[in-house]
Amino acid sequence: MSAFEVVVVPTGTANLASVLAGLRRAGGAPRLAEGPRDVDRAAAVVVPGVGSYAAALESLRSSGLAEAIRDRVLSGRPTLLVCLGLQLLGESSEESPCVDGLGAVSVAVERFADDVVVPQLGWNRVEPDEACRFVRPGHAYFANSFRIVHSPEGWASATSVHGGSFVAAIERGAVLACQFHPELSGAWGLDLTRRWLEAACTPAKAASDGGRSC
Amino acid sequence: MLTVRILPCLDVRDGRVVKGVRFAGLRDMGAPAEFAARYESEGADEIVLLDVSATNEGRAAALDTIRAVRDVLSIPLTVGGGVRSVDDARRLLEAGADKVGVNSAAVRDPELVREIAQRFGAQCAVVAIDAAATAAGGYEVVTHSGTERTGLDAVAWARTAVEFGAGEVLLTSFDRDGTRSGYDLVLVDAVANAVRVPVIASGGASDAGHMLAALRAGAHAVLAASIFHESRGEVGRVKEFLSREGVEVRP
Repeated sequence: MSAFEVVVVPTGTANLASVLAGLRRAGGAPRLAEGPRDVDRAAAVVVPGVGSYAAALESLRSSGLAEAIRDRVLSGRPTLLVCLGLQLLGESSEESPCVDGLGAVSVAVERFADDVVVPQLGWNRVEPDEACRFVRPGHAYFANSFRIVHSPEGWASATSVHGGSFVAAIERGAVLACQFHPELSGAWGLDLTRRWLEAACTPAKAASDGGRSC
Repeated sequence: MLTVRILPCLDVRDGRVVKGVRFAGLRDMGAPAEFAARYESEGADEIVLLDVSATNEGRAAALDTIRAVRDVLSIPLTVGGGVRSVDDARRLLEAGADKVGVNSAAVRDPELVREIAQRFGAQCAVVAIDAAATAAGGYEVVTHSGTERTGLDAVAWARTAVEFGAGEVLLTSFDRDGTRSGYDLVLVDAVANAVRVPVIASGGASDAGHMLAALRAGAHAVLAASIFHESRGEVGRVKEFLSREGVEVRP
């Protein structure tokens, strides 16, 4: 089996090395996106995200990548978004009240309540609903201070609990957006990444989801 | 609900795991990547790697070590030791660390914590505090492996570091470190109550009972080195013990 080529969007993320290593372990051949055309044309795209909401959006908008990511998600092309990557898809975030999100999913991002440890740093139980085909029950590694409370309409979703239920992941077709870090979630995260990569890069599977073949 | 975390720590010098760092008689224990992979398979929740190299050559070797560990590790990696600038932090992150620990340099200039948190996110900025008990009954921050006493109150410093953006506190009892007499529970309780971010208890653990006590005192994670190095499967046994005691661990 040859490696699945996957394009990674350089979001200025702090742990890019971990993301690339995780994709390689899952059978991927990651390379960094060189521009919007790369993101538009790739069979599979990963949007990692660690950092500030406003800074990430400003960087993605100035490079033209924001629109390319939004188009992929709206048209259901294979895309994996991690942590801040999930939050960017929403309409707004309490982290940066004056900045518009990508608006591909109608959700708002809010800060965790005051009575829990923030940032949420560690392993939390993830429970997918019946419609999820990538995410399975298990423990995932989270590192976040903000979260989405309500699952968006039209998406399968998985939830976790940290001072109340929050959205751990959403998926629709070959689009998977995780609040946790698959690349740091041990064997469970590796299996999840592999399932998504195989669906994203296998023509038959991707075609049935409206995605493109590799 | 968040589980507690069990963190094996690798003290690395010139690219090798060593033992007896703060005491005489350094002993070469093996390759860091082999230890890290073994601990992940035993159920470790994160790996902490402290670079104790004294030379520039040793520090360059540390970057190769981080790359080698990253290649085999699918859980978070925190790296500390000699981080003096945002550039130092960036190099560690680019090599494969997920979080960076700052210690002496942050005490000298707390702005370093703010810069790292702003640039890479609070979840990336771990402030490592070495604390020693004082005659007056409090705790004082010590730096440079305990050779310098700062006069700074450890609990107040933890609070300040978090105000400057630290997302996690790695709290080591200088008095207990290496003694195998258990974590300093009074220290753990004081710091965990003073900040909202997770606190990692470190220094003095020699069995699972010590870890349970630290978690009950308010720690969110417990760190140890020797007991994990010396006994294969110990991470799993610690987790089984904690689970029997009603503590939620990652299976």
